[in-house]
Amino acid sequence: MLEIRNLFCGYDSKIILQDINLRIENGELLGIIGPNGSGKTTLLRAITRVLKPERGMILLEGKDIWQMGFRELAKRIAVVPQSFGGGSMSIEEFVLLGRIPHFERFQFLETKKDLEIAKRSMSLTDTLKLKGQLMGEISGGERQLVLIARALAQEPKLLLLDEPTTHLDIAHQVKILDLIKRLNREFGLTVIMVLHDLNLASEYCERLVLIGEGRIHKSGRPEEVLNYQIIEDVYKTVVVVEKNPISSKPYILIVSEEERQKKEKNENKRIDSGLYR
Amino acid sequence: MNKKITHWIFWILVLGGILLGISVFSLCVGSVGIPIKKIISIILQGRGTTEYSILFDIRLPRIILGFAVGGALSLAGVILQGMFRNPLVEPYTLGISGGAALGVCLNIVLRLHRAFGILTLPLFGFLGAAMVILLVYSLSIRKGVLKIQGLLLTGVMLSFISSSLIMLIMAISRTEDLHGIVFWIMGSLEEPNWLLIKVVLLVSMFLLVISYLFCFDLNALSLGEEEAMHLGINTERTKRLLFIIASLLTGFSVSVAGIIGFVGLIVPHFVRMFVGSDHRVLLISSFLCGGSFLIFCDTLARTIIAPMELPVGVITGILGGCLFVYALTKKQVVLGEK
Repeated sequence: MLEIRNLFCGYDSKIILQDINLRIENGELLGIIGPNGSGKTTLLRAITRVLKPERGMILLEGKDIWQMGFRELAKRIAVVPQSFGGGSMSIEEFVLLGRIPHFERFQFLETKKDLEIAKRSMSLTDTLKLKGQLMGEISGGERQLVLIARALAQEPKLLLLDEPTTHLDIAHQVKILDLIKRLNREFGLTVIMVLHDLNLASEYCERLVLIGEGRIHKSGRPEEVLNYQIIEDVYKTVVVVEKNPISSKPYILIVSEEERQKKEKNENKRIDSGLYR
Repeated sequence: MNKKITHWIFWILVLGGILLGISVFSLCVGSVGIPIKKIISIILQGRGTTEYSILFDIRLPRIILGFAVGGALSLAGVILQGMFRNPLVEPYTLGISGGAALGVCLNIVLRLHRAFGILTLPLFGFLGAAMVILLVYSLSIRKGVLKIQGLLLTGVMLSFISSSLIMLIMAISRTEDLHGIVFWIMGSLEEPNWLLIKVVLLVSMFLLVISYLFCFDLNALSLGEEEAMHLGINTERTKRLLFIIASLLTGFSVSVAGIIGFVGLIVPHFVRMFVGSDHRVLLISSFLCGGSFLIFCDTLARTIIAPMELPVGVITGILGGCLFVYALTKKQVVLGEK
């Protein structure tokens, strides 16, 4: 589906991504994880043609994305961004914006087909009931669903999500990710999502790509990537990795500095008392 | 969805009706009042009567010019506000009016219009506007990317520079020239040359049609540049072409009619309150509403203290500002009750 070859990418001569090589197969659900500033969003921006790579190539179904037209690309890749606008638009109008790449040259009104597709994507995301409300009036969780509905209206083959669960409560996090998983399973949609929450990434993604300082540090199944040595190495934080008793996927526990010091002190005490016994 | 289209058609018809009504009203009133009923008989009588020449040589050209200029400025305002995602941007923010005013001032002070004819005034205005457009445009391009915020700031700065230069020119110019400069800067729809009126009308109508090629691009741009790209919009090309369209609209209007403020700022907001923010209906509605608004203001300007005339820019500012503040408070009340 998507192939990234020797990608070097950055802003104004400051290279952020270095020598990225990645293959994403049809129907895959891929999670991209990594610390802040490691280049996750930059990678997404390179894939969506917002950022021109310094070197390397990105091929979508074997075609260089820079050889494709903007509309052609938007018919294949849809993005669920972090930021959003359109506060004064109704939900339906907003979702219909996703049909723009499919409009003919001199078409000014939506066809029946456009309306049907918009309706279907709204019912898939459970946002049909919001239809008439304004974008500025709905909650954060609903907004995320509407953004996914708009992306689905583009009828893409590849869906990119940039931290779809930030600022959401656990119920909405699960709802959004369950929906994405369903879209991936039932409709064969290939999904790449950037996630900050390692536990969610572990639970939902088949494959994880860990980016650290602009390079792919490790790629593989969650059990392979989410190993405490790797995490501590990339994030420079002490963690404990356990297993989820239900799904048996790895989950990560953090340790606060205070607790760590306490533990160290205790250990030292033990050593001290051992010495002077 | 049909409801949406009905809603749009309703508003376009209402605004078209208002335009027609105001135009007829504007034909009737003035220092010589002509009742509506008489207009038809005057037209039938044909050329020759004084009333005929009042209608067709004095009032009609002003109405047509008011329609073209008001429509063009409002359209430019909608395009720029949509493109910049900034409700405070108006056609004059980009310094185009300043450039035009500077060109005209130079012409007046150097007495070129006396030597080479009165048509050099709009020509110099247009040249000044074109200079500023080119300058703002080239200064805001970095590495092939048109920086939207840079465009805005450069425009505001050039606007300040040209207004300071105008003040300098005014400070050292002769009294009789001073009057001409002030008169031009205040703006007026009085234009004896039919050709110029036709040119402005054709240009603004043509650009209205062209702007419709970008109605979806504008809708997508209202979410931000990157989002528009995700929706398959070639934002670089779109930004450039929209900037050129808005500049041409403003340049032509300003060089013929002078600086008539507030139309391009207020009308788009006002129209958006009623018809919504979809550019497919917003573009044409703003054009119609801007045209009606300017014709109405011009009618007031020439009748309030007739036979003397007020500068039309004064009326657009006062009337438009008051109307807008009123609508804004009203709208907030409605929203608050929801």
